[in-house]
Amino acid sequence: MIDTLTQETVTFTPKDLKSGLEVKWCAGCGDHAILNCLQNALPRLGHKQEDIVIVSGIGCSSRFPYYMNTYGMHTIHGRASAIATGVKIANPKLHVWQMTGDGDALAIGGNHFIHAIRRNIDINVVLFNNEIYGLTKGQFSPTTKKGHVTKTSPQGTIETPFNPGELVIGAKGKFFARSVDNNIPLTTEILVEAGSFKGTSIVEILQNCVIFNHGTHAMITDKDVKDDRQLILKQGEPMIFGKNKDKGLILRGFDLEVVTIGENGITEKDLLVHDAKMVNPSLHLMLINMKAPEFPVAIGVIRSVDDTTYEDELEKQIAAVKATTKIKCVDDLLYSGDIWEVN
Amino acid sequence: MSVDLAVKELRKVTIRFSGDSGDGMQLAGMLFSDASALYGNNISTFPDFPSEIRAPQGTVSGVSGFQVHFGQSKIDTPGDYADVLVSMNPAALKSSLQWLKKGGTIIVDLDSFTDKDLAKAGYTSNPLEDGSLVAYQVIVAPITSQSQEILKDSGLDYKAILKTKNMFALGITYYMFDRPIEITEAYFDKKFKDKAGVAEANKKILRGGYNYAGNVHAIERVIVPPAKIEKGFYRTVNGNSATAWGLLAAAEKAGLQLYLGSYPITPASDIMQELAKHKALGAHIVQCEDEIAGICTAIGASFTGNLAVTSTSGPGLSLKSEAIGLAVMMELPLVIVNVQRGGPSTGLPTKTEQSDLMQALYGRNGDCPCIVIAGLTSAGCFDSAYMAAKLSLEHMTPVILLTDGYIANGSQPWKIKKVADLPSIKTKRVTEKLGNNTPFMRAEDSLARNWVIPGQKDLMYRIGGLEKDYITGGVSNDPSNHEKMVRTRAEKVKRVANDIPLLEVIGEQSGDLLVVGWGSTYGHLLSVVMKLQSEGKKVGLAQFAYINPLPLNTAEVFSRFKKIIVCELNLGQFANYLRFSVSQYQYMQYNKIQGLPFTQEELKEKFLNILEA
Repeated sequence: MIDTLTQETVTFTPKDLKSGLEVKWCAGCGDHAILNCLQNALPRLGHKQEDIVIVSGIGCSSRFPYYMNTYGMHTIHGRASAIATGVKIANPKLHVWQMTGDGDALAIGGNHFIHAIRRNIDINVVLFNNEIYGLTKGQFSPTTKKGHVTKTSPQGTIETPFNPGELVIGAKGKFFARSVDNNIPLTTEILVEAGSFKGTSIVEILQNCVIFNHGTHAMITDKDVKDDRQLILKQGEPMIFGKNKDKGLILRGFDLEVVTIGENGITEKDLLVHDAKMVNPSLHLMLINMKAPEFPVAIGVIRSVDDTTYEDELEKQIAAVKATTKIKCVDDLLYSGDIWEVN
Repeated sequence: MSVDLAVKELRKVTIRFSGDSGDGMQLAGMLFSDASALYGNNISTFPDFPSEIRAPQGTVSGVSGFQVHFGQSKIDTPGDYADVLVSMNPAALKSSLQWLKKGGTIIVDLDSFTDKDLAKAGYTSNPLEDGSLVAYQVIVAPITSQSQEILKDSGLDYKAILKTKNMFALGITYYMFDRPIEITEAYFDKKFKDKAGVAEANKKILRGGYNYAGNVHAIERVIVPPAKIEKGFYRTVNGNSATAWGLLAAAEKAGLQLYLGSYPITPASDIMQELAKHKALGAHIVQCEDEIAGICTAIGASFTGNLAVTSTSGPGLSLKSEAIGLAVMMELPLVIVNVQRGGPSTGLPTKTEQSDLMQALYGRNGDCPCIVIAGLTSAGCFDSAYMAAKLSLEHMTPVILLTDGYIANGSQPWKIKKVADLPSIKTKRVTEKLGNNTPFMRAEDSLARNWVIPGQKDLMYRIGGLEKDYITGGVSNDPSNHEKMVRTRAEKVKRVANDIPLLEVIGEQSGDLLVVGWGSTYGHLLSVVMKLQSEGKKVGLAQFAYINPLPLNTAEVFSRFKKIIVCELNLGQFANYLRFSVSQYQYMQYNKIQGLPFTQEELKEKFLNILEA
């Protein structure tokens, strides 16, 4: 039977999480920063190092488990959500992280991605979104911007891209956050929040592929534009952004609108206040769908709503039938029902 | 004046229930089988139904059949041809008459032989009147109108009454074969314990049929005495339930939690449904979003230390191929149950076939061997599933268990086993760090690696689908290491042969003809070989339950016979596998690809032709 895993004071450090294997991502790849963030975040969660399992599929980001001194599975393309689901159900005391990319999670793995979210199984999914297939050297992905020229779309793509957050909401998701690879403190904080959330947490990280899609997020992440193009959401705080912290969001009719504090009589009090715990996802969806340059891109924990988890419900059902059944072992089962004796 | 018709005694009888797929023929057949088993007969059953849930009413394509063979002697097959055919409508008669012995008895519902019903079935004249059934005994019973009459004061509506008419037909057969009617009455009381009216109606109709048969003084009674059976406790079981129970027993014996990740597919869904009933035994059942998730969640559960299982049928096995490769590469225990059906593609979902053998053996990228074993009988699926789990856990590699629609849905009496009497299962779990004992260290004899599960300090490791270094388990692209690993994984499966039983020959131990089969054809081949042996023919049967690896004495067994014929329900997949694996012998073939089991008649004819050639 499964060992009882006890919560003890955690004594491991980010350094303990380094597997010692040489990290082979390209120089300048956003993945290095994300590795750093997760190694900083995990010791803060109060979990035991040996209770952490990192699962990945296939792609550049999926090499992640090899670089982490935890239990790890580098599996097959698109299936990490399913494999992580099995790990968590088999032993709910484990802390399961899925590292995945836009191709792995949203193309070949789209089905498993939405169903893991729908079940609200307690796994943490870190989605590296670089809007390109990196490991296969530069084909468009389900998040590549429409019209973008890649090796398999020499005339530009003719497909409408997915917005991962929109899929999360559509799949009845309870936790969605977005970050950028070049903001290490913020990404670390978000990963800590995702790790402490009970249920499926999806963290989309806008990540730069330095070789095949360099600068795809530049209009959001570049130093000189980021303050005006990123709305960093904080629970209970007004939605303010901009270099001079003078811009904000209001709701006009059914649409969001960017306003300037001090103009047209707008004060801080008129601005929307972020509430990630709102059960109704409508405003979260609007925030998720904001696009630069007309709007700032929403960064931070956009949605975090408590609900029951799949594994808890399953264990509850098992405990309930165990408490009432007369069948305590396989012999009881085999000798129950219509049986007869031959003498 | 009452006439006592002679009471005949027979050693075995086959009866086939046929009707519209909504007529409840599967239930009638099952109840007859259960009552017969409880009465003490040996039984073997064969449900034969269309893949449509409700095909157009009254048409030949919508006919559902259930055949049961019961008797005092040993029963290894559901019988080729029936002694009695119950046909609830003209379509059932039309499609099922081919399964009735010449001179056999037909029971029909007179009320269903209207012009409209006859036309729907494609009859241009009424077979009850045109003399076409002169070779048979026909019992024409007004089943529908009698049922209505019996229940006219019951308060049930017309539709509800129609639903009970299968019990009238069943009652007639209970009279004919002197079945214990109380067993079935008790079943209704239990099943409809909250609907006393429905239970009462079914009981009344069953009695009505029974009494009708007695009153018309036209029905010959047949006594099929109880079999002489080994002492012990018995129950009836079908192959899918036996598979589920075997897995539960293996998990308990190994001290592991059972995990099943699966996706509904005919004819395998019953395994998941059966296990879902047994959460009390700690079974964790997840109905996944697709076949791939079924196996992938199971791989996650296996990594985590559960006895992990996925169940499917042919097309589902195709979808699982890549993930099976991952489990082979990660060297994780995993049981894949494939309940075969007619293929390729969607094929014949409700019909039986043995055509996934090559897929089980080779259907993956790379050199990717799996242990492949097959269930021989419905009840035997318990042992097959248990052994699949045992071999997988002890050898740290996936096992594919092949059953098929015929044994999965067919049922038999089974002498109940006790978990304590089952062979021990020694998992490869390592719970503490012992010197150099890494997750990648192998047992010297079996080459199985250690099974280290998450939650253990100092044993953290990473594993994946990339080739790994033989010693460290780290990712390796080294050419000679890859060859070593491919050879090691192959050798590991080969050495499983040391842990499986030797091949036994039934019948003559040497002689003129060795009949070779695998899996579910066992019952039919056995019956025919025993019959031929009793007629003095030098015939033996070698039925394979272990296919990869083959039993160590396979070649030796083959060497004892002048001729070998491989019989299977496909174009010759096992024969070709033998040509490749045990190449020094010539293999004749007998193949049937009709979605049906063999008949003893066709087998006997074929074997006699060879013997006389």
